[in-house]
Formats: sequence, C-alpha cells, structure tokens
Amino acid sequence: MQESIQYKIFKVFNVSILLLIIFLTLYPFLNVVAQSFSSEAAISSGEVNLFPKGFNIDTYKTVVADSMFWINYKNTVVYTVVGTAISMVMTTMFAYALSKRRLVGRKALTVFAVFTMFFNGGLIPNYVLINSLGMGNTMWAIVIPGAISIYNMLIMKSFFENMPEELEEAAAIDGLSQYGILLKIVLPLSKAVMATMILFYAVAHWNSWFPAFLYLDQKEMFPVTIYLRNMIAGATGTAAAGATSADNLTQLAANIKSVTMVLTILPILTIYPFVQKHFVNGVMLGSIK
Amino acid sequence: MEAEVVTPQPKSEVVEVKKSKIAIIGRKIRKDWQLYTLLVLPIIYLLIFKYGPMIGNVIAFRKFVPGGSIYGEQWVGLHYFNMFINDPTFWNVFKNTLTLGALGLVFTFPMPIIFALLLNEIRSEKFKKFVQTASYLPHFLSIVIVAGMILQLTAVNGSINALVKFFTGDTISFMQQAEWFRTVYITSEIWQGMGWGAILYLAALTTIDQSLYEAAKIDGANRWKQTLHITIPGILPTIVTLLILNIGSFMAVGFEKVLLLYNPLTYETSDVISTYLYRVGLESNNFSYATAIGLFESIIGLVLVLSANTISRKLTDRSLW
Repeated sequence: MQESIQYKIFKVFNVSILLLIIFLTLYPFLNVVAQSFSSEAAISSGEVNLFPKGFNIDTYKTVVADSMFWINYKNTVVYTVVGTAISMVMTTMFAYALSKRRLVGRKALTVFAVFTMFFNGGLIPNYVLINSLGMGNTMWAIVIPGAISIYNMLIMKSFFENMPEELEEAAAIDGLSQYGILLKIVLPLSKAVMATMILFYAVAHWNSWFPAFLYLDQKEMFPVTIYLRNMIAGATGTAAAGATSADNLTQLAANIKSVTMVLTILPILTIYPFVQKHFVNGVMLGSIK
Repeated sequence: MEAEVVTPQPKSEVVEVKKSKIAIIGRKIRKDWQLYTLLVLPIIYLLIFKYGPMIGNVIAFRKFVPGGSIYGEQWVGLHYFNMFINDPTFWNVFKNTLTLGALGLVFTFPMPIIFALLLNEIRSEKFKKFVQTASYLPHFLSIVIVAGMILQLTAVNGSINALVKFFTGDTISFMQQAEWFRTVYITSEIWQGMGWGAILYLAALTTIDQSLYEAAKIDGANRWKQTLHITIPGILPTIVTLLILNIGSFMAVGFEKVLLLYNPLTYETSDVISTYLYRVGLESNNFSYATAIGLFESIIGLVLVLSANTISRKLTDRSLW
C-alpha cells in the first residue's frame, strides 16, 4: 500500500498531537504528586511543575498522623460499601423483574422509572424531604436517596433481556422458584455486567461529596471528600500569605492539599488499570438500549 | 387456547369475554407474584425519593415555613415566579447558564469526535490502547479533586502562571477574575470528558465496513477524502444521538463544579441558576423562592429533552425512545 507524502507528514503530526494530549491529560496528576513531595518555599515561589523541589515527606507524615483524616477515610469506605450493596440489591431486583417481557404492567413501570431521568424534584424539595424523614445527619441521607440509578438499571435490564429463555424454563421444570432462578441461574451468568455495575456505583459513592456537604454536620461523619473540600475552601488565598518561615506549620499549609489529594486518588489509581475495561463495557452496554 | 373458548360466544356475552380477559391477567399476575415482590422496594423507593420531591415542588406556589409542613402553609399563587421574573440577578444567572451550555456544545462536544478520528489513524494497537486508557483517567476523579487541581494549576504560583510569566512577565489571578471563569470552566470540561466521550465514537468507527475504504482507494481517494466521505458518515448516527442528549441536558451545567470553583469576585460570569437557587434556598432560607427557580429550570430541561428528541425523530428517524 502506498502512502502519499502528505499522509506521512500527517501521521507524524498526529502522533505528536496525541502525545501532547496525553501529556496535558496527565500533567495535573504529575503536578499534584510533585507538589505533595515539595517544600513549602518552592511551591509558593512557583517552582514546582513536573518534579518535586526541596523533596520531603513531612506533610505525608503529618496527614497520616491526623486521626480525623483516617476517620473520614473510613467513612468513605463504609459509605461506599453500604451504598453499593444497597444499590446493587435494589437495581438487580428492579431490572430483573422489568426484564420479563410477559410481566403485566412492564411498560408502565418502565416509563414510571425512566421519567425520573428527565424530570427531578430539584434541590430544595429533596432537601426538605430528607430532613423531614429524619435522615439528616445519618448515613442514610448519603446512601439511600441515590440508591437506584435508572441508567444502570436499564443497562442491567437489557442484559437480562438477552439471556436465553430456555435456561429459565429448564430451571422452572427443575422446581426452582423465581427467586431461585435469579440467584442460582441468572446471577452466576451475569458476572461481567454485575462487576461493571458494582464499579459504576462504587466509584460514584467514593467520589460523592455534595449529599454529605448538604446533610451532615458532624466532622466525625464526613467522608474524605468533605475533608478535602473544606481544606480547599478554607485554604484558598491564605496558604501563600502565611508562608514566612520554613516552620512545620507553613509547610503544612502549602502542600497539605496535594498530599490529601494524592491519598484520596490513590485507591482509584491503583485499581484503575485492572478495571477500566469494565467501565468501557458498561458504556457500550448502555448505548445499545 | 383461550380463543377457541371465546369465538363461539354470541355478542350478548361480551361481558363474559371481558371477565375472562381479566381472569387471564389475574392468573398471569398470580403466577408471577414472586416477580412482583421484587418490584415492591424499588417502587416504594421511586415514589418516596423521586416522585416525593416532584410533589414537594408545590411549595413553589405555597408559603413554606421551615419546621412546618413540607408542603407549605398557604397558597400564594405565582408570587415567587413574579419575584424571580423581576429579579435582575436571576436574569444574569440565566444568561450565564445559557452561555456555559452553549460554549459546552460548541467547544466541549466536538472534542471527543476529533480525538476519536485522530486515534483512528493510529495503526499501532499498543499506542492506541495506551493513549485511550490514559485519556479516560480524569473521568474517574471526584469533582472535589478536579476542583483542587484546577485551583492549584491556576494559582498565582501554579504551573499555568509559570507559562504566562515566561511569555508576558506578569501573572494572572484566574479564579479571581470574572472574565476568566468561562475559559477555565470549559477547558476543564474538555480535560475531564474528552477521552471518555470518545468511547462510543471509537466503537462506531470499528463497525464501518472496511471494504468501503478499499473501494475508495481504487477510485483514487486519499485518506482525507476517505475520512470525509466514509468515516464521518459512518459515525454520524452516533454523533446525532449524542448531540440530542447534549442539547437535552443543555441547562444542566456542572452545579457541583461551579459551586466548588466560584466566589463572589466571579459571580458576574460564574453564578448559574443551580448555584443561585442553592444560595437563595439553603444560605438565605428562602425555600419557596428557590423551589420556584428550580421548578422553572426543571421544566425548561424537560421541554428541551422532549423537543430535541422530537426534532431528531422527524429529521433523522433517530430518537432516544
């Protein structure tokens, strides 16, 4: 196959552009990591870009020693696990029942669910409702209101719909109940879609901050995203101002944000290479609908 | 089987037929009662947490007292709607919301398409995979982290200002100046969404029939012509579908991101409907007024989705439902 000179030039240009895009995509991560290991003086004079300057791990030691950081971190883990478990049970029940074409009222129930994707009650009515239910300042305000993502439910539903019906008929002849069919036949055959759904929900819970910001007052209940958010909001403009000596406190003020960010992203970055293909699969499944 | 029983019935016994239909439905429901038990919790959930707040919107038409009934105390008609129509701040945040939405459509939306087309020209699968995997990464970050990174990069001693200083000798306090907010917002949207948004286009690209390219080559079409006449038409359905989705969510600018990034110095361009109603409602405790603004926004959102869908069905025969 012959290629024109222009196309060869284009290819070189194309690879350079894509490399530049990747560099720009990864740059903020590299910058945060570099700052987290740098000295306060180097950061405030604007010398830290790609590589750490004045390398030290003092701030890591300080953050790791902060008990509130770990309490909040633990909360994030608890909210993620509990929230994902609730979401998975609810979504699976809903999607499985709606996936049965013979179900009377299936169409109406689907519309009933899908309508909530396009019209929602809005911030204030939600806030009033959650508080009037007595869920304010409890974990339930974080894990219940978003329990079912209709988008995820539709992905799961279309997956169940594509399962061969003979499987179920055979199981019914063997005397399995509907629950038995779901638990013993359908779920073991749905591991891939279940993994994708768990990841979708878990990442959403891990990253969530606004419900906690809205409904929780006690520091001991905050997830780590609020710990970080309060640090960012509180430190804006003051971090640089307080930087006069190389004393431990100013060191803290300058790069404690970077350290907290690194520690918060770390779990996601660690599992990311192994699970990203599941996310991509999820997007594909979602587009078939 | 049922039809055999039903057909010989004289007309006078239509009622009987109806009854037997109901009986069939009843039997079906009874047979699947276990499936219906699975639906109980999800339906209760939707009723309370999705439809409950929709009904809660009545406080836009009623006077609401914190601590009183969640459906308000007495009817006030369109009082709160008149209030925001005569509120200059409302019209400013309305304009800002439309502007960010429009800039998003013009700048953020095409980026994944361009990215996918560039990636499509790469022959090395390994390099392609690497670029793609790296490009998704920002999508998985908490918006709090994204905001933290933006603030760090745009700080006076941050990396962007290092470049600015190199070229102009001066620094810009990006997050304190209203005229920079939109640029920062849209750039960060592109950063977060370009790689992830390309997934569906890349998938569509793999479904294009390779023999079309062979035929074009024989006809002497170069790669650019092939892109123009084969590749782009091949992914056009995907582009249209995603464009409808985007137009439908035109008004839904990133509330959480704006809330984390804006400050009173930049309200002039950064304050959007959702952040304004957040402050009116939860910081000034004017629940009914904020609900009226929110209801207005939700209705515009719904109308946009429905009309984008209808237009697309008429023009292209494609729609979301």
